[in-house]
Amino acid sequence: MSNIVIKAENLGKKYIIGHQTDRGGYTALRDVLMQNARTMWKKTKDLATGKPIIQGDTMEEVWALRNVSFEIRQGEAVGIIGRNGAGKSTLLKILSRITEPTTGQIAISGRVASLLEVGTGFHPELTGRENIYLNGTILGMTRREIKRKFDEIVAFAEVDKYLDTPVKRYSSGMYVRLAFAVAAHLEPEILLVDEVLAVGDAQFQKKCLGKMGDVAKEGRTVLFVSHNMGAIQMLCQKSMLLKNGKLVMIRDAGDAIAQYLSDSRKDREGQIKLAPTGSDAFFTAISIRNSSGEICSEIDVSLPLTISFEYKILRPIQGLEVSFSLFNQYGSKIFYCPQSGSIHQHENEYPHGEYVGSVAIPGNFLAPGNYTISAGIHKPNIQLFDGRQHVIGFQIVECGSQHYAFSGQDIGSVLVDLPWMVRCLSDGENVSFN
Amino acid sequence: MTTIVIEPVRSEKNYWHDLWRFRELFLILAWRDLSVRYKQTVIGILWAILRPLLTMVVFTIIFGRIAGLPSDGNAPYTLLVFAAMLPWSLFSNALMESSNSLINNANLIGKVYFPRLIIPAATIVTAFIDFIIGFIILAGMMIYYHFTPDWQFVYLPGFILLSLLASLGPGLWITALNVKYRDFRYIIPFIVQFGLYISPVGFSSKVVPEGWRLIYSLNPMVGVIDGFRWCILGGNSTIYLPGFLLSLALITFFLWQGISRFRKMEKTFADLI
Repeated sequence: MSNIVIKAENLGKKYIIGHQTDRGGYTALRDVLMQNARTMWKKTKDLATGKPIIQGDTMEEVWALRNVSFEIRQGEAVGIIGRNGAGKSTLLKILSRITEPTTGQIAISGRVASLLEVGTGFHPELTGRENIYLNGTILGMTRREIKRKFDEIVAFAEVDKYLDTPVKRYSSGMYVRLAFAVAAHLEPEILLVDEVLAVGDAQFQKKCLGKMGDVAKEGRTVLFVSHNMGAIQMLCQKSMLLKNGKLVMIRDAGDAIAQYLSDSRKDREGQIKLAPTGSDAFFTAISIRNSSGEICSEIDVSLPLTISFEYKILRPIQGLEVSFSLFNQYGSKIFYCPQSGSIHQHENEYPHGEYVGSVAIPGNFLAPGNYTISAGIHKPNIQLFDGRQHVIGFQIVECGSQHYAFSGQDIGSVLVDLPWMVRCLSDGENVSFN
Repeated sequence: MTTIVIEPVRSEKNYWHDLWRFRELFLILAWRDLSVRYKQTVIGILWAILRPLLTMVVFTIIFGRIAGLPSDGNAPYTLLVFAAMLPWSLFSNALMESSNSLINNANLIGKVYFPRLIIPAATIVTAFIDFIIGFIILAGMMIYYHFTPDWQFVYLPGFILLSLLASLGPGLWITALNVKYRDFRYIIPFIVQFGLYISPVGFSSKVVPEGWRLIYSLNPMVGVIDGFRWCILGGNSTIYLPGFLLSLALITFFLWQGISRFRKMEKTFADLI
């Protein structure tokens, strides 16, 4: 068993935030002046006593982190997951000594480097070369170390032609590549990384993930915050799940991710009830279910989902069509899916009654991302009984498919696995790389 | 392997050791401030020469010619003014740069750890380089006036240091306060502008009536400027000893206050900035 390098006990961090109370009704100039005079007096008093200025009238204590205790051993790669505001970044900030905890204690053995942002301290007026030295030193490298790795950094960033150009003239892609290249060549004993991999183009992201993996394999300790579950699963053996500032669990990465997803399943709406529209045919509810039949709006990319439409038809209608369209996060229509293709023909009469119509979408079909559904009951080109635009949405979540490295990138909306036939033109042989 | 322990409100034992460990960061931050200083300007470094020269010309005309104030001994009035301009601009530049330094580097403070003292300290280097340029101008002027300094000249480095320390103390204090209360960023330009006239820059401190000199020395820059004149103008200038000691005590007090206040507030910078 390797030794413990980070030991946190009972860690807590409190922030005080102010709220502006909303006074209803109209405000008179006199009130505003009085109010300003009062706050100015209060602020001056705060200044004299050394208290920070808090905007607003009421104060609230917020524990960004509370009673967090854990141990991390040397060489472990630990993912930190949780919703926005769960305290992930606060934890990293405390560990990297940027801010101090309100309660508790941490003991850290070894040189720590934190990477909370790519390109910290980059100066736009300085050249690429100068910024490598500046940023490297800020991240904790020595001058000699940077000199030794300089060529490697430049090669990694692929900016050798522009080394002596001020970085303000760089494209944003080049800027990020250079920034990450410096960070990737840090060699601390403990590396703390915040969501920084979600930058750059897909190819570069893959390169970065590979580099991160190397770091972990070299026996260094890595703490890694990410929303990219695929990356966490790939890089980390263990994972810490935070929720509202509390540590829910620190366990095997797969378990923690499963717990995280099921938590958010419970929290999110996967179903919507609709009120009658007053016409003769209308939707009453639309729901999204995962493969085990639970209503949920976050679906593992590899598993199927079912969309169910509940609707009422008050009188028999000739040529009625029930259909829906699926849109991706950019609002482009992926497909249109009418009922008539499978059951009804337009000229048939749709009997009155209450119905549930379901469509199953197979796993590994939709790419990770957000989708919305528009649904309609209509007589095509004649009459619209009920039309609901983007009425419900769901998210396809990456949980470690072969596409995990592209999370956040646009790889289209549909996953395909079409075989390529490659023939080498010089010898006419079919190529197989396996 | 060293183990560090992070706890709330615990003054670290190895703070000063850490400061030494981060010396390369200090150097590179100072170098950054210097190298971006005159980027995208037409005359670049010439600004460092023009500003003190023009101020000197204006002061010589206003105080020496129009107001007809006396010089120290037989020293030329231009030299009298310039010998005071040097420490004054060193002080005011260092104070201005350092008091805004933390806010200007807010992005660093929120994202990486290092002893924060490095930031204001590094900005002072810029002011010091400007001082060296000014000093070369002074040397040229002394050659022009055939003015040879006396033995007191060897004490000059001591007074340069004193002027830097005089700005570092309030600078640290104000930059730390600036993080919490942005009012201070508006106060500093005012103090500096005001200070130029209440400090003996355009005139000799001998002009001040004898009975008021001790009170006048409550401005710590009075002692420093008198010291500079004493070193550069030699026997023509004298130091008023009680006043000088008072200035010295005030500088020490502000420096001690500045450092201790800064250290106390340092840990909350990232939360407040």
